[in-house]
Amino acid sequence: MSRKQKNIGTGILILAAVVLIALFDNDVIGNAYVKRVLNLAAIYAIISVSMNLVNGFTGLFSLGQAGFMAIGAFSVAIFTVPEQYISSIFYIEPMAPWLAAIRLPFVAALLVGGLIAAALALLIGYPVLRLKSDYLAIATLGFSEIIRIVFTQLQTITNGALGINRIPGITTMWVPFGAAAVCIGIMVLLIRSSYGRAFKAIREDDIAAEAMGINLSFHKNLSFAVSSFFTAIGGGLYAALLTSVDPKQFYFTMTYNFLLIIVLGGMGSVTGTVIASFIITGGLEWLRFFDEPLSIMGVNIPIFRSGLRMVVFSILLMVLVLFYSKGLMGQKEFSWDGIYRQYEKIKGRLKRTSAKRKGGAA
Amino acid sequence: MGKTVLEVNDVTMQFGGVVAVNNLSLHVEEGEIIALIGPNGAGKTTAFNVITGVYAPTNGQVKFKGELISANYPHGQMRRKYLGEQETLDKYSAKKSLTPDRITKLGVARTFQNIRLFKNLTVFENVLTAKHMRSKANFLSATFGLNYKEERKNRQETDELLTLLGLYDVRGEIASSLPYGKQRHLEIARALATRPELLLLDEPAAGMNPQETDELTAFIRRIKEDFHLTVFMIEHHMDLVMEISDRIYVLDFGKLIAEGTPEEIQNNQRVIDAYLGVQKDE
Repeated sequence: MSRKQKNIGTGILILAAVVLIALFDNDVIGNAYVKRVLNLAAIYAIISVSMNLVNGFTGLFSLGQAGFMAIGAFSVAIFTVPEQYISSIFYIEPMAPWLAAIRLPFVAALLVGGLIAAALALLIGYPVLRLKSDYLAIATLGFSEIIRIVFTQLQTITNGALGINRIPGITTMWVPFGAAAVCIGIMVLLIRSSYGRAFKAIREDDIAAEAMGINLSFHKNLSFAVSSFFTAIGGGLYAALLTSVDPKQFYFTMTYNFLLIIVLGGMGSVTGTVIASFIITGGLEWLRFFDEPLSIMGVNIPIFRSGLRMVVFSILLMVLVLFYSKGLMGQKEFSWDGIYRQYEKIKGRLKRTSAKRKGGAA
Repeated sequence: MGKTVLEVNDVTMQFGGVVAVNNLSLHVEEGEIIALIGPNGAGKTTAFNVITGVYAPTNGQVKFKGELISANYPHGQMRRKYLGEQETLDKYSAKKSLTPDRITKLGVARTFQNIRLFKNLTVFENVLTAKHMRSKANFLSATFGLNYKEERKNRQETDELLTLLGLYDVRGEIASSLPYGKQRHLEIARALATRPELLLLDEPAAGMNPQETDELTAFIRRIKEDFHLTVFMIEHHMDLVMEISDRIYVLDFGKLIAEGTPEEIQNNQRVIDAYLGVQKDE
């Protein structure tokens, strides 16, 4: 395929996405429910790609996503909740006055959350990133739980276990999708730069990477901090989408959603992760009918009750992991050349089968 | 000639109760090809790991071009447990250990005994990654492509290096899919991309047949001239060692037992004993 054809293909894809979003956004197709699921998928895509940056590209098994997400979510909640509601939300103990005085626009609150998360990541990254594989996973998981518990205790800042509601919501689909395009775009650029190659070198063989002059602790921390920054941005968008946050949402099971997405999409594939985040988020919603009672010809099928959805989903995942152990994309990225090769392969196979049939008939 | 590139002074490396390297002293002069030989388990690779900063020595010091890169002395608990040569016990009092990446930055590159390529990356990416160390862009300017000139130069130099080393035609292949001999070449190419002055080769001919070994001999000679290198290698293939080396060091059970030109080593009784084993009359 020529470069021009590829550019045209990419252009058509982007245009199609923009038109689709515009159609959804103006309620030409779909409804509020579909819109919400798509928004959630876009936000999950940001968080999953940033998780993949650490887990898939740098080869560090980190499970701290929920904690960093909570930082972003609470940053947006605390700084954007309108002043007139503060006293009614914080009814057990009033919000700290110095904090109540700071009201920020949405984008600024997002960035503040991101920067706080990145700073914290550097702080814990320095000691923790010396660990490897499962030890690192436990340490980061613990960190994420610490953040959740601290947020539950900080009554005057986060309103404790009650959480914060009445956060100004997202009114248009352009916000989550635009943010996803920008955040994922920046991460792709980072991955394709020489720093991204250094990350991959660490994933492939850290001893060799160090012998090639790559400073392990610096690059691991960099990857971890960038990932935490974008996770917090995703968390902030999540808070704005739901318009309410409380620490219970950021229980460590939240992290497993993203782990699932990156395993399904392919550790080390950005496009795979984006596709998987739409499949998982959409699939979980689509499977909801398993939770409803079902009767066929007047007979009630007893296993159709709430909870079956997760059973079915888990079985589907197991099947997928068994047959696609590298996920949908492995470490590959979507490319027109790849599509073209697949097309040629299928064409070749069709030709062969039709030739066989002809041969058999004669 | 005449400038000392690498200087190892009284290096002892002790792991628990095992003294892997015992009081090793050697020096490598600019432009030389030096071999370190010895039976299996003699401590050759450990010596390399001390030089490249993977391990901090228990005692002794390592200097590169006169600059101290790692030094240590037995202190604390190790002082009591020290099993190495006692004479040099109190000779040193400095403690310094640069990390491997800093040592590489100074101009020491190495290859590994069991090939350690970036397996899932292409040949081109493997070599290009080694250029990262010398690039000056910070991560923000690199992300937004502000260092495109440097990046273009790095890519060009990588292609030139691959052409020079006969790997250009496989530049797009995944490293682990290359045949064994090419993987060895690629590992050397990757080390050369860090622009070293001293190249450490850990058994470059391991697993090679005689013909491949001959090619490798010529290859090492050639890159030594082309890149103005000093080469220090561990090797078991005696024909390669004897043909290429200016001087040879022989290790046995962590101790240096001989040093000299290939002819001297070939006729050294202690070396022959170490390799063939000797019946001791008690």
